[in-house]
Amino acid sequence: MNDFAIKTTGLTRYFGGKCAVDQVSLAVPRGSVFALLGRNGSGKSTLTRMLMGLLEPTRGSANVLGEDCRHLSPAARGRIGYVAEGHPLIDWMRVRDLESFQKSFYPKWDGRLFKSVVDQFGLPSDARAGRLSRGQRAGLSLALTLATRPQLLVMDDPAMGLDPVARRTLLEAMILVTRNAGHTIFFSSHVLDDVERVADHVAILDKSVLRVSCPVEFFRARIKRLVLTFGGTPPPLPPIPGLLEARRDLTQLRLTVANPGPELEQLVASLGAQAVTEVALSLEDAVIAYLGERGEKPSLLQSDQLEAVAS
Amino acid sequence: MEFAFSISPGTGSPIFRQIVDQVRLAVVSGRLAPGTQLPSVRALAERLVVNPNTVAKAYGELSREGIIDGQQGRGVFIAEPRQIYTNAERSRRLAPFVEALANEGVALGFTSEELLESLRRRLAKMDVPASSRRKPS
Repeated sequence: MNDFAIKTTGLTRYFGGKCAVDQVSLAVPRGSVFALLGRNGSGKSTLTRMLMGLLEPTRGSANVLGEDCRHLSPAARGRIGYVAEGHPLIDWMRVRDLESFQKSFYPKWDGRLFKSVVDQFGLPSDARAGRLSRGQRAGLSLALTLATRPQLLVMDDPAMGLDPVARRTLLEAMILVTRNAGHTIFFSSHVLDDVERVADHVAILDKSVLRVSCPVEFFRARIKRLVLTFGGTPPPLPPIPGLLEARRDLTQLRLTVANPGPELEQLVASLGAQAVTEVALSLEDAVIAYLGERGEKPSLLQSDQLEAVAS
Repeated sequence: MEFAFSISPGTGSPIFRQIVDQVRLAVVSGRLAPGTQLPSVRALAERLVVNPNTVAKAYGELSREGIIDGQQGRGVFIAEPRQIYTNAERSRRLAPFVEALANEGVALGFTSEELLESLRRRLAKMDVPASSRRKPS
């Protein structure tokens, strides 16, 4: 059995002269909950659509559940659940019609699971899809997908526009999926608190380029923030390897650094600060530091680590 | 009464660390007595709405530290207190924190009496017993 639910090699997509996804090599371990992060327009949807075989790669390749994404067999598609961005539904159909429509395509339909997700989101079975609130649409599209018992669940920004209650229900449904050992979730999101709750792996796309792909704990452990306090105005900064962000005020310098090595301590000591404090970073702070405009963008692609985790 | 975990994402402390710290503190302060059963990994993950691997990682660490005992299929229990580190090792692990407290305290201009007092106040909040309840191993 393949260790990875998704594996891409140099996956690239151009729209005209504009590169939307630039040589992305990504491995999603089977059984993981994998979060794809990045700003709007960073290429998350384009990447996801290529994985689902909805968009032809310009270059490179992607393997999804062991098959080339460009020629996914009906059997493989039957094992993949895809929740597209914005939860598109056939608006004139009622909830129960959508269920019987979807059911007709899938040999293994879990009617109990469909009902329990639909109930969690408070969906009346005779409501037309076009009349549902945003949270209810999300619930319906999730129910339609989960009831197919997918081995791989792919969701493009499923939390977009949801209220906190609907978001929590979405998370609960995702945790439910992890009951099936070996079932994988690959999703994109901007809600870092939710990502922190459910994801065990994280990838960051920044302006079409993959910068980070590793276990969440690994990512957090490798980003440090130091606050240096000076007697007066902080001195100018020498070049610091891996510097993501430097902010200064009257007496303090705040440095956020990726992959800090022993040379960082020496560099910091040479600045002559009165006090140096390491501040704990939240996942959100760490991601924002990575996606900010200033600073270097060191790579945190830990394919060795991924292989170690998957084996 | 069942022990109530409470976790909050979005802080500097990872969720697995929050779970570990809460159990440790509750054990030290006696709110979780030896033999108390904790929820299974799956049950706690669903209750807290977090990835089961996160709970498993926290339980793994607690088990390595000898704070909980888990038998496959029989549940997870608070262990009888025992010392898993040698006295030398305990002191070695404590040393950097003592050093940090002393350095920072002196740099901020506290007297030793004030520092001891603030440590005492902090410990009082945690309900840490003044005398040892750990049995030597």
